[in-house]
Amino acid sequence: MNYFELYDLAPEFELDLADLSARYQRLQQLTHPDKFATASDAQKRVAMQKNAQINDAFQVLKSPLMRAEHMLTLRGIELRHDQTTMQDGGFLMQQMEWREQLDDIRASRDSHALELLQDEVTAELKRRHQLLAEFLHDNTQDSNLRAGAEIAKLKFLVKLNTQLDDLYDQFSEDL
Amino acid sequence: MAYSNKVIDHYENPRNVGSFDKNDPSIATGMVGAPACGDVMKLQLKVGENGVIEDAKFKTYGCGSAIASSSLVTEWVKGKTLDEAVQIKNTDIAEELALPPVKIHCSILAEDAIKAAVEDYRAKHAKK
Repeated sequence: MNYFELYDLAPEFELDLADLSARYQRLQQLTHPDKFATASDAQKRVAMQKNAQINDAFQVLKSPLMRAEHMLTLRGIELRHDQTTMQDGGFLMQQMEWREQLDDIRASRDSHALELLQDEVTAELKRRHQLLAEFLHDNTQDSNLRAGAEIAKLKFLVKLNTQLDDLYDQFSEDL
Repeated sequence: MAYSNKVIDHYENPRNVGSFDKNDPSIATGMVGAPACGDVMKLQLKVGENGVIEDAKFKTYGCGSAIASSSLVTEWVKGKTLDEAVQIKNTDIAEELALPPVKIHCSILAEDAIKAAVEDYRAKHAKK
């Protein structure tokens, strides 16, 4: 199923989130179960299926990484990240170091160090998102494979960033 | 989802946590990551002159199953030769720890960490 087509959007990585939300609301209303209260069972079933697809598509399209993975799927590339391991030593060493820093900050409760690390990770996320956008835009066999590798790396960064945000919230609550 | 008792045991009392000096020629280092969950695992083996693994240490950032898988592996590889160590299969790890299907990738990570460490050791010694 092509989620971009469902939302009548061009299959591009750059996407206006406000526009996407507006489309979601409109499609949601069109297929809302209330609209089919007096319809036949078959029509109700179709509407319900459509409604579920619209919700699934929204979850995928609004997330940059899921959207990128969906684009690759549409191009015939399945990443299968749940079954593969990554062995880029330099990248993983950096991830390890950042996670060690996070542990240190958690222990020392140094909010300034946390902000510095957040800035560093945010800059890296931004840089890799940019690379991913370029690789997806080029849409060659080679660039699509490189896009897949960027998605894998971004997953580590997104997880780390979430942990940093959680710690930031924790520090803020304790103030 | 409930963790098995063995996972909880390894998670609460992880064996052999720590690091060796990765520049030491007798040390093999394997770094692997699981994109699915963002887990990062470092496994290090101390290899004797006879090619037998004398000691092992790990450092894992990830869920309980990933920590348990790497902890278990450090126990299993000790006393094995490198050739024997790479025979350890993720299915053995998953079975021992009773990992549910959604956590199988943690055992794959541990298996690949052994392979990466052995490759690192062989690359280190092939140069000479």
